[in-house]
Amino acid sequence: MSDRVLGGTCLVLALLYILFATQIRVGFISDPMGPKVFPIVIGVALALGSLYVLFRPDPEPLWPAFGRVGEIVLAVLVLVLYTYALPHVGFTISTTFAAGILSWRLGASPVAASIAGVVIAVSIFVIFRMILGLSLALGPMGF
Amino acid sequence: MDVFSSLADGFAVALTWQNLGLALVGCFLGTIIGALPGLGPSNGVAILIPLAFTLGLPATPALILLTSVYYGAMYGGRISSILLNIPGDEPALMTTLDGYPMTKQGKAGEALALSGIASFVGAFFATWGLVFLAPQLVKVALLFGPAEYFALFTLAFATLGGIAARNQAKAVMAAALGLGVAMIGVDHQTGVPRLTFGEIHLYEGIHFLIAIVGLFAISEVFLFLEHANGTAPKASDTKLNRITAPLSMLKKTSGTMARSTVVGFIAGVLPGAGASLGSFVSYTIEKRIADKEGTFGTGDPRGVAAPEAGNNAAAGGALVPMLALGVPGSGTTAVLLAMLMALNITPGPLLFTQQPDVVWGLIAALFIGNIMLLLLNVPMVGLFVRVLQVPTKYLMPAVAMISFVGIYGLSGSTFDLMVMIIFGVAGYLLRKLDVPLVPVILGILLGNEMEKNMRRALTISDGDYSILWGSPMAIGIWCLAILGFIAPLLVGRFLRPKKDATVAP
Repeated sequence: MSDRVLGGTCLVLALLYILFATQIRVGFISDPMGPKVFPIVIGVALALGSLYVLFRPDPEPLWPAFGRVGEIVLAVLVLVLYTYALPHVGFTISTTFAAGILSWRLGASPVAASIAGVVIAVSIFVIFRMILGLSLALGPMGF
Repeated sequence: MDVFSSLADGFAVALTWQNLGLALVGCFLGTIIGALPGLGPSNGVAILIPLAFTLGLPATPALILLTSVYYGAMYGGRISSILLNIPGDEPALMTTLDGYPMTKQGKAGEALALSGIASFVGAFFATWGLVFLAPQLVKVALLFGPAEYFALFTLAFATLGGIAARNQAKAVMAAALGLGVAMIGVDHQTGVPRLTFGEIHLYEGIHFLIAIVGLFAISEVFLFLEHANGTAPKASDTKLNRITAPLSMLKKTSGTMARSTVVGFIAGVLPGAGASLGSFVSYTIEKRIADKEGTFGTGDPRGVAAPEAGNNAAAGGALVPMLALGVPGSGTTAVLLAMLMALNITPGPLLFTQQPDVVWGLIAALFIGNIMLLLLNVPMVGLFVRVLQVPTKYLMPAVAMISFVGIYGLSGSTFDLMVMIIFGVAGYLLRKLDVPLVPVILGILLGNEMEKNMRRALTISDGDYSILWGSPMAIGIWCLAILGFIAPLLVGRFLRPKKDATVAP
């Protein structure tokens, strides 16, 4: 079933891709092949692969239980929120929370996870910002 | 000899205190990355590229740092295979077969020392192979025109996809997805935006580092979240009393090492094979040749030496097509290619003629790194064993955060981080669905170059497509590509180790 979904999704994707590729506007100066052909070829290759998978699917992969899928969705949400929080709250605070939550969901106790969050955030800040001078998101408070 | 004077120049470039220091740091980090289950050479190097890039290191030192990590990871993978029966990375899978039984017999120290020496032998002679073979390949490659290059890229996709995947259709899909991503952005030749949907951030295309870190590192975090056991693998209570290999054992395994080095090197040079196949084939061949008493799989030292020499020789061999042709031979070399491109170096025949100091400095660094790794690995293996006990519940959040730091350092844009998360989710789904990630990466890396060569060829022929198979050399490459795509359908079953989904690519 999973493979049929994969094949179907990628087939739709391939058709959309070919459609968008044909709509590329070409200026009056162009090489003989132009910017459209290669993307269309790629779309066709994707469609052929998808069709094969759609009709000859592999055995079902081992999906995690429903609760664990929730964990993964939660992790994605945490990372998205982290991305948006970075410029507003600064690197150290947002990283403490993101790393702490991930570590908690990976099985650390809440106390251990909080400590891990702080340690990860502070050590990355010290190593990459203070020693190596990398640019991190500093936020309004400067850390 | 021309080669030797070039190599001497290379040593002159590489032997500065800064470079030696970087090589040492790289070897050390690499061994740790290889040893930790869940952090393989590909994602280890992938996380470090943006960091090395944003640190503003010049090309040669950055290359030295990252190739030391690459070689180091190849060494490190064996440690957890031998002690815990968990391969630290995919090529180390075969080492578990005889390494872990040796640990159970109380011979963990011998196994570690022997595998360290076998790794050294494999990598050392493979680097010599690189020294002599790469310039020969460059001579051939200098004759290539755009049509031949287009065929060569197709060959890379056909073989890499063919061997890496269990299902050829999925390999085709993976390559098409990667190529499709590469097309996004302003077309280099006509200046029209393609598939950008008016999004200003997409005009420059999606940077391949964002895609690589997302696909490899972020998806790894999601894979670990599937299971609630974020604890470290239970450290075996074996004591490492002596970490030396007795001379008799070395003598007994010397033939094995020699044969496996040759087999591994050839497997590495062939496009698409890489280190995993190198270790698998060396072990299988050695078992056929030497296993007369049926002791393989029960703790035979030769069964430890064969895959380790094989995988390290393959790691060196895989650098030959990557440096000489610009076409990577394995997943990890694809990541190394990304590194070269991030440093604005285009691998290929011109690299050898125009920037010989980079190439030969790199090769010299491989020799230096190799000797450092031997010195680091045999006496200090106890230290790395302790590193293994970092539980993944603390390791994986750190990996995720360092990935964010690296990508944020590239551009400082929230948009890029979002794209990385999307690639992380996509990487997770593709891995679960058994779609190989390496062709995706290769597609993103080589897409524009492949299209450029095809369009150049057609400009030369003024739109006549038959130029793509218009020379004997191009026809030869096409035949190899077709063969490489079809062959795994016939013999693939025997050439591929069984894979474990939790092992990093």
